[in-house]
This record gives sequence, C-alpha cells and structure tokens, in this order.
Amino acid sequence: MASHGIKDKIAIIGVGCTRFVENWDAGLDDLIISAADAAYESAGVDKADVDAYWFGTAQGGMSGITMARPLQLQNKPVTRVENYCATGSEALRQAAYAVASGAYDVAMALGAEKTKDSGFQGLNAAPPPNDGTARSLTAAAMYSMVAPAYCEKFDVDPADMRHAMARVAEKNHYNGARNPLAQFQREVSIETICASPKIAGDLGVFDCAGVADGAAAVIICRAEDAHKYCDNPLYIKALSFIAGNGSGLTDPDYDYTTFPEIAECALDAYAQAGIDDPSSSIAMAEVHDCFTITELVLMEDLGFSPRGTAWSHMLDGRFDLDGEVAVNPDGGLKSFGHPVGASGLRMIYEAWLQLRGEAPADRQVAAVAEGKTMAMTHNLGGYPGEMVSFIAIVGTELS
Amino acid sequence: MHEGRRGVIAWGTYLPFRRLDRSEIAKVIGRGGGRGTRTVASFDEDPTTMAVEAARRALATTPAVPDVVMFGSVTPAYADRTNATALHAALRLPVTSLALDVGQSPRSVMASMLLATCGQGTSMITSGDIRFGLAASAEEANGGDAGAAIIVGEDTPETPVVAEIVGTASRTAEFIDRWRSPGEAHSKVWDEKFSGATYTPLAQAALADALVAAGIEADNIAAAAVSAPTARMAKIIGAKLGVSRIVDDFAASVGQCGAAQPGLLLAHLLEQSSPGDHVALVSAADGADAMIFRVTDAASTRNRAPTVQTQSEQGAPVPYARFLTWRGTLTVDPPRRPEPQRVSSTAAARSTEWKFGLIASLDDETGAVHMPPLRVSADGERTDAMSGQPMADIGATIATFTVDRVAYSPSPPIVFAVVDFDGGGRLPVELCDCDEDEVRIGARVEMTFRRLHAIDGIPNYFWKARLARG
Repeated sequence: MASHGIKDKIAIIGVGCTRFVENWDAGLDDLIISAADAAYESAGVDKADVDAYWFGTAQGGMSGITMARPLQLQNKPVTRVENYCATGSEALRQAAYAVASGAYDVAMALGAEKTKDSGFQGLNAAPPPNDGTARSLTAAAMYSMVAPAYCEKFDVDPADMRHAMARVAEKNHYNGARNPLAQFQREVSIETICASPKIAGDLGVFDCAGVADGAAAVIICRAEDAHKYCDNPLYIKALSFIAGNGSGLTDPDYDYTTFPEIAECALDAYAQAGIDDPSSSIAMAEVHDCFTITELVLMEDLGFSPRGTAWSHMLDGRFDLDGEVAVNPDGGLKSFGHPVGASGLRMIYEAWLQLRGEAPADRQVAAVAEGKTMAMTHNLGGYPGEMVSFIAIVGTELS
Repeated sequence: MHEGRRGVIAWGTYLPFRRLDRSEIAKVIGRGGGRGTRTVASFDEDPTTMAVEAARRALATTPAVPDVVMFGSVTPAYADRTNATALHAALRLPVTSLALDVGQSPRSVMASMLLATCGQGTSMITSGDIRFGLAASAEEANGGDAGAAIIVGEDTPETPVVAEIVGTASRTAEFIDRWRSPGEAHSKVWDEKFSGATYTPLAQAALADALVAAGIEADNIAAAAVSAPTARMAKIIGAKLGVSRIVDDFAASVGQCGAAQPGLLLAHLLEQSSPGDHVALVSAADGADAMIFRVTDAASTRNRAPTVQTQSEQGAPVPYARFLTWRGTLTVDPPRRPEPQRVSSTAAARSTEWKFGLIASLDDETGAVHMPPLRVSADGERTDAMSGQPMADIGATIATFTVDRVAYSPSPPIVFAVVDFDGGGRLPVELCDCDEDEVRIGARVEMTFRRLHAIDGIPNYFWKARLARG
C-alpha cells in the first residue's frame, strides 16, 4: 500500500473564518459569503482568480450549487463533500490533490454549517430510510463509554480522570477566552465544569463541544507559485485520512480506550511529513475535542503521550499554550464551537495565525517562539469503534 | 406414547418486570387503586413482544415446531394486518408455518386452545395483553399485563403430551358485559353483578358437559382455574363449580390480563398439578368454555420454563406517574432531540432475519460473529462466506455502558451497554427493565424482543438486553 503524500507541493496562501456562534441573524449563504470574502482578501485574490472550489457541509445542502449560488460563481467547478466531522478537512484534502495534480492553479476549500436552525440540542443527523435497528444514542453517550474503560485498563482513579477531563475543558476555555471568534469567550473553573449537569455517563455539559454556526475557508496554490500571493505561506506537509470499517462496534477485542483509526492515520501523517518524534517537531495541534475525554485519548493516539499517561500530562500542563505541544490554542471545539463542516478549516485558520506569529499576544503558542515550525490539525467523525480520521500537518518551511 | 392422543405439549408465560402498587393510585388521584400490585408492561413492550417472550420460553422446553402459531390480544399493535407474523419472525419459525391472529377478545384465545386440542398438527396459541383504563378506574387498578403461549399437539416420543385433553364443552351467550369500539382507548364495563349472575350458570353448564365428555365427576377434578373478566367474577363462578380446589388467579399480584388470562391460568394450573391429576380450565367470556385435561407422566420430566408463581413473586416497582406516561395517560415534555423516523417497510423486509430473528453472520473460516450481519469477512478478503447464527438465546456480558440523558426515548434516560456474547459477537444495545445504578461492567444480560418506538403507526420491533436476574 502506498501513501506518498504531497509534502511541500501545496501552499496555503489565504484563510478566512467567521465567528462561530449561535448566529440567529446569518443563514448558510451569509456564512459562506463571509468566509469566502475573508479568504479572498487574505490571499489577495479575486473571485475569478480561484479556478475551483471544494465545499464541505455535513447537512447544509446538497451539491456544489449550495456554494456556487450564494457566491454567484461563474462557471466554476464546485464539489460538495461530506465526511462526518472531517467534512471541512476533506474539502481541503480534495482541493490540495487537485492543485497538486496540475488540474488547477488556485483552489478554495470552504466549510460551512448552520447547526442552530433545527431547534434541537446538540448535533443531529438525518439518517436515510432504514430498518430501525441502528442505535440512536447521542455522540456524548457513545464517547462517555471511554472514560470508565480507560480508568479500568490503566488503573486510573475515576476522580483523577474527572479532574483531567475538567482540565481539558478549563484549558480550552482559557484559550477561547482570548479568541474573538470563539463561541464561548470566557474562562470556566474546574469546579464549575465538574458540577455541570450530566448529559451522558460522566460527561457533563462542560465536557461537550459547543454547537455553533460558522464557516471557514482556505485558498491554496502550488508551492512554487506561493510567493506570487504571499510572503509567508504555510506548506502542506501531510494529509492523511482513514475511514474506519466499524469493526470496533462488533469486535469484542476493542476496549474503548483508544481510537485505532486515529493511531493509524497519525502514523501515515508522520510518515508523509517525515516526522519521527511528533512532540519535538510539532508546535501546536488543533485536535477534535468533541468531548473532553476525546482529547485525552487523542493525545495518546496521536503519539504525544504514551498509553495511559495523557491524563497526567494534561494535569501537568504539557498541552497548555506554554507546554511542549500546545493543544487547541484557539479554544478547540469545546470553546470555539463546532459547525461541523467548518471545523477542519477553522483549525487551519488557527495554524495560519500561530505559525505566522499573528495570534493575539495573550494566546500565542510558546513553542512557535521557541522555533518549532509545524502545526497539526485533526478531525474525527463518528463514534468510538466506527470513525473517520483526518490529520493535516502544515509548516512554514520547505524542507 | 398413545396413538392419536392430543393435548398440551409445552407452555411458557411472561410477566413483565414492573409492578404497580395499587395503593399509589389513590395517593395521586385521591381515589381508586386498592390493595396488592399489578404487572406493568414497560414502555417498550406490547402484546406482541410479551407473546414472543412467552413463546420463546415455551419453545425452549420442547423440540416441537408449530405448524400454526396463533396470536390473540384485546389490544393488538396492528389493526389491519396480522400481528402473529412478527411473532413468527422473532421466533424464527419455518416459513411454512401458518401465523394468524385470532379475534380481539379473551374468548378467542380460549376457543383457539379448545379447537387446537381437537384439531391436527402442532399449534401454538399465544396471547398478550396490556390492560389499563382511565386514571383511578377499576380497569387500571385490577388489570394486568402478561403474555402466554400454549403448544398443543399429538403425543410423540420427542414431544410427549403433558396434559391430555379429555373433555371440552362450550356455551355461547350474547350479552354485553364489557366492550370497546374500534379506535377507543379504554374498555367499558356493565354492572358486574349482572355479568356474574349471567356467567355463573353458563360456566356450570360448560363444565358439566365437559365432565360428561371426559367420563368423570366433578369430585375427580384435582384443581380448576377460572378465567373471568374480573377477579370478583372469577371468585363467584369458582365457588359454584363444585370443584374442591380453585387455583390462584393472581388477582392480588398480577391482575386480570385480558386475552392472556386463559393461557396464563392454564399454565399455572398445569404447574400446580401432578401426574394422574384431572384439571379443568373454565373461561367465562361471551359465554363459557371448559377444558378438562389429564396430566400425564411426562409432566414429571418436563424441562420447565419460569413458572407463573415464581414470576409473580419477582419484579420491581414502577412509580404511578411513570406508569401513566408509559400508557400515554400522562404526556411529558420530550428531550429537545429529533424523534426517530418511521421504519422503512422495504428496508425492514430485507433485514427480517436480523431485525426480528437476531440472526448474526458467522464467518465460516474465522468463526467471527458479526452483528449486524456482514457479507464480507472482517479482513475484507472473502464475500458471502458466512452462515446465519441466531443470537437471541445466547447470554452476554456487559463490556462497558453509559446512560444517555439527552437522546430521544419514549421513557428517558436510555441505559445503553456494549455487550459481548458467549462464544463471540458484540452488540452495542439498549438495556431495559433496569435502574441505571444496577448496571455494572461484567454483569450478565439476556436478549429480549422489544418495541423501540412506534412512528406513524409502525411499531419498531428489535431486540434489547436485560440484566439476567437468575
């Protein structure tokens, strides 16, 4: 099996991101226009300069027309993509391959989601007509089964685990409080997080990502063309994606303490990027903290912590802004909010700000100042035992 | 074995787990209720699911395969289609077996048993009912919920007759003691004294004729069971039958279970009897029917399903308010989550073996069990190299679990577990009949056929797991 990657072939030359929020005043069209216009401006290009578009939305609409119509694109190829919560990242991946192939010179990946028009709590999927036998739990319930299994396997006191999970939320709210685009721009104490009403299992309200409306966009070109548009582009080092086959739901050997799809995806990404030790190479990681327990397990699956140690590393501050690897410096899904199709590209937006030294001073990642030049973005979608995984690694230097 | 001898081969009964303490009713409403308890079908049970559970227990005690499966209920899930086909599918019966519903009255079930004993082949007569009425009504307090299944057939070495039918008789009478028009939620009853006075001579006459047919006297009857519209009527009738012993009708703990009552009481009657006994089942419903059995030696070697007596002593309380929500009398604010979709008829038809039969696929080469069934092996190498593997009767162990307080459920919260089956196979599945603090990793569970919800009039039948309570 080959996974060659497209290291250093593609440059990110502009980004745009709306505020993620319960945006009662803006529809999907408005969100798309805001993010696209911000990205055009960031890259210094006109609408006509972008040759092709990839549009990610989980449930915002069907086909590329959902994007072409509000932007009034003129005879442009627009592809709508969907891959659960990795939808926005999938748009970037497809756009990057298309430009790397030489088919187009400049492309935009845009993700947008209008989650708050349903009137329901949380995120909701509309399954196709079916036989009625599929489970219908919330995502919170599916992920809540991880913490007890983890505690049992690694002999972690549930009280310590509860504290470590609260630390994830506290950290991400701390970062989000310093982000003018985040949904929740306030710090939340460990005590408040632990006392929040339970949603499922031991997961309380503050263990769950914010559900928001929003859009984000990225404009790319081939690396050799980058300096036509931009003095300090980001270069794509790796794009890795795995769609799980659902084996964890049916295989008694799956123990709910890891996400195997993520671990495999990470190996592929590091190989593409030529990274041996992720903690020493990567300055920051935007990871898919849909729930606090998810971020903890991800630290292990992504290779930032050995098995059974992420909870203590989280308590030690290893993933804080000034830690070894800053994780979710923009507040993550937890605090920035999670408009499904937009989240992956929002992560690229943060990597763009941080690696180029443009993040607000009070949430700058220390490891960037110390000389690290690479960032990771990561999405997962689905549930423990049955998920998709996406990882991008971007950097400021060509190797 | 005796050539041509017919009778009961096997039986199974099912009492739902929950009990309503009748004294709780007056505490809320200010009147109604009474002493003792009644059984309460959970929100995810209906007459069909309870009949399935009873039938599973019956079939577990015998190799008999019914040629005919009948289902009777006063409160069937479907009106304009057969309910027994769902039972047929859940029980994994041969496609050649005839599944049919019998009419919506307790008499239909009694009459079906009566006719089956006189007929040919092997018949399973199933019944299930949910009895309730308006808040504080006698129907609400004194009704009960149950399922029953009686398998009737010829005496063979493999399927010995446990209770040989030796006499039957019937009386038919047209008078209105209880009634409900199609579409109405609650049944109505006429003056109980009138009904009792009318039923008593009919029952006496039916039993007398049955005794003549059996060639015995009332003194020869070791015990009788009386199924009547109310416990009070059953008591009045029983006192006038001239039989020395009338077995308990569980009015104090279970209640009157509608169409399931004759089957439930026949099961109890047989469970109370000894080889050589003559026993009588008398049913007062739109007339009266009597069946006299002679209990055979096979009864002593029978592998018994849980008895009615045992089940009546088990269970756990349900608060009155929750009972009212389960029956739809009290409507509560649902979680702010989308309701599930209507089941697709075509999709369900394609997955009948899985959805109703809980048949997994077993990888012929690796032995891996896949739930739901897969066509391609887990390593992706082989297609359609699988066999069907029925899972419904295999025990399982909880690997991990959670409680979902937000997801849609007709009765939140959802208690949910990942369970691993003995011998292979894993299923993430909803738990039922348990309180959340009872659930533990490592706890044993067994599968049970349930109705997850009903949207647009289509009950969504599938399996859940319940704690194995020994």
